[in-house]
Amino acid sequence: MSYTSIQPIPQRHWWRMRVGPDEKIWITVAYAWCLVMLVWMVGWYFVGNQNQAGEAFRVTVDGFVDKMDQMIEQHQLTDASGELMAEGDSEIPVVQVPVGGDIFLAARQFEWPVIPVLELGKEYTFHLSSADVNHGFSLLPINVNLQLMPGYDYVLRFTPNKTGIYRFVCNEYCGLGHHLMAGKLYVIDTANNIVLDGKGGITGGGA
Amino acid sequence: MTTATLRNPQDFITCPDTGQNINKPVIALAKAHIFTAVVYLLAGGALGLLVALTRWPAIHLLPSELFYIALTGHGAAVLLFWCHIFEVGVAYYFCTSPINARLATPKIAWFSFWLMVVGSAMGTVMVLLGQATVMFSAYPPLKAHPLFYLGVILFAVGALIPMFIILATLIKAKNERTYEGSMPLATFGTLIYAIIAIFTWVMGAVIFIPTLLWSMGLISNIDPQMYRLVFWALAHSTQQVNICMHITIWYSLAAILFGARPLNEKVSRMAFVLYLFALQLGSVHHLLSDPGSSFTWRTFNTSYAGYLAVLGSLIHGLTVPGGIELAQRRRGLNNGLFEWLRKAPWGNPVFSGFFMSVVFFGFLGGITGVTMSNQQINMIIHNTAYVPGHFHGTVATGTTLAFMAFSFWFVPFITRTKLAAPKLANMSVWLFGMGMSVFAVFFMAAGHLGAPRRHWDITFADAALKFDFSATVHMLTTVAEIGAAIGGVGALFFIISILGTFMGKKVADGVSVVPQLAEPAGVVAARLHGGTEPHIKGLEVPGSLVLCMLLLTFLVVYYFAQFKYMATIWGIH
Repeated sequence: MSYTSIQPIPQRHWWRMRVGPDEKIWITVAYAWCLVMLVWMVGWYFVGNQNQAGEAFRVTVDGFVDKMDQMIEQHQLTDASGELMAEGDSEIPVVQVPVGGDIFLAARQFEWPVIPVLELGKEYTFHLSSADVNHGFSLLPINVNLQLMPGYDYVLRFTPNKTGIYRFVCNEYCGLGHHLMAGKLYVIDTANNIVLDGKGGITGGGA
Repeated sequence: MTTATLRNPQDFITCPDTGQNINKPVIALAKAHIFTAVVYLLAGGALGLLVALTRWPAIHLLPSELFYIALTGHGAAVLLFWCHIFEVGVAYYFCTSPINARLATPKIAWFSFWLMVVGSAMGTVMVLLGQATVMFSAYPPLKAHPLFYLGVILFAVGALIPMFIILATLIKAKNERTYEGSMPLATFGTLIYAIIAIFTWVMGAVIFIPTLLWSMGLISNIDPQMYRLVFWALAHSTQQVNICMHITIWYSLAAILFGARPLNEKVSRMAFVLYLFALQLGSVHHLLSDPGSSFTWRTFNTSYAGYLAVLGSLIHGLTVPGGIELAQRRRGLNNGLFEWLRKAPWGNPVFSGFFMSVVFFGFLGGITGVTMSNQQINMIIHNTAYVPGHFHGTVATGTTLAFMAFSFWFVPFITRTKLAAPKLANMSVWLFGMGMSVFAVFFMAAGHLGAPRRHWDITFADAALKFDFSATVHMLTTVAEIGAAIGGVGALFFIISILGTFMGKKVADGVSVVPQLAEPAGVVAARLHGGTEPHIKGLEVPGSLVLCMLLLTFLVVYYFAQFKYMATIWGIH
């Protein structure tokens, strides 16, 4: 038995050496937990309410951006005086598609070009992509994070469960203006009169 | 250490302190590699400090472009150059000395060393010139200067060649029968390290050669998803290579300090074999919140084909401290659960750094890594500050701390010079270990609240739509960066001590620079117990088992806490 981990093993039959009770207990308990994690992960896919595997399609960047522009053209909101609603210096359009509709969002250096408006508790199909380089879609404050890539349409169905103002932040380095990318999203509840106030906030609900 | 038959004694020097035989070319190669690696730790550490002082909200030191340059350089210098150059130097030692072997083809080893030096220098210079501000990951379509990619390719080739030298050395040693019995665990770990590294660096060529051609305009398009798939097969794997080597170092330090051997050779080697087959699948952890792959494919890969590699790590988590515990108990430190640990040489940075590395790697890097590699949980941490928090738990407090501890033994051993500034050396592991764990924990906490990684200004002062994170996030970031700065001081103390040792004078014959290797635990036990080794009944290492159960309890609670939070957010399908 007189050797260490940096010396050759003199015994010829170390393969047959007894495995101590400590290791047997630990391997059993540890692997049992590993299997719990495996079963839980697969189970959550079928039973759980949050799964980002989704679907994805190869698209062309131009084709995708066209779809986004069409969506903006058709569904950009207007305010009480009939003006198109937009926010920020770069006039980012506020867009509300019909309940259950498709929302196209192509992040680009260095902005989120759409401010979507969603109804509470309704399912929307998001098409997430990029118009140039990799971007990180980080939806705050709920902290949902996805990778956006040019040429890929990442399709996920979102069902918001709380009204309020949400934020997008880019959390994949996308160039020297990466830290400028803060976007916005509203979740309203028309039935309970929690709606846009036209000044960048919502009435009735919290900020 | 006994050296029954040494073939070709003229090619070896015998260490007067430890009795180990070292192949002469290995001494020079190890010195060159470790010196270069430490220089990269200095450069990368300095850049890291600049990054920390910029993300520290009250200081916000660098302007944005310099920040992104510093961050790119920090990642490349420490993740790639420091770790991997260091490892090659150490691997040459592990594949020769313990089995009295001569290194195969030292000339090619020097050639690959210079390839690594030239490649890493080229990459670093292009980053510092602002020609490659694309982050260490360099995802296309972001484009860097072709010389940046060329530098990485040269480095990868330079890191690949030594792996074949290691294999050749082991085959030659086997043929020349330089040792009897089976190769030591340290050498076996190095063999697994080499095989995994071959896969890793080949992936580097597969992804960076087309990217180089693309940056020169010879290829029109690099598919961004394909790039991320192959890039992470390289980059995640480089960290798995680190893990293989630092676990090999753990086992070796337990042997050097305590005369330890694994509780059971078969179990520890099987744990390495699990790495060989399953560890690389973990590359997919980076793609869990990407478009373009199916649930089944993600599940198979992210779980390492059913958590086989996690099982491997959990086994090492018991058998490394278990080996120490058993050796200490046989020395007579047999009271209660933890006398063996309490009376360990905590004042010796070789031990304190090593043991902190084991604990932090498990509790900070391991628990969080397993949790975030769950497919669904990944979505609530992907690309947040959580990610760098996690990998500072693995690469800084795990790998780097283990390398620091090992250096305090290994550098005096190969240079025959007394360790310079021993007090700084002693403080360095505590400052680095504690500082970096604070960084890891608090940056992960900020990430849980959504703070993004790789970000110059989370107050969005110049953004079109105004937004700011809560005061809590800024507070957590501040504490994290204070930890990073303290860790930086620790790293600096380490660098001063090691570079000072390299510059120091060789001691005269007869003066000791490293302690004798500890006697094998079995020998000690036999002496204490009158000639025969006692047969321990019941649990052999109850203390280590308790520590492991504690780790598992944390993991279980933390894992389900993530799901508890996730169940409260939007439906996402």
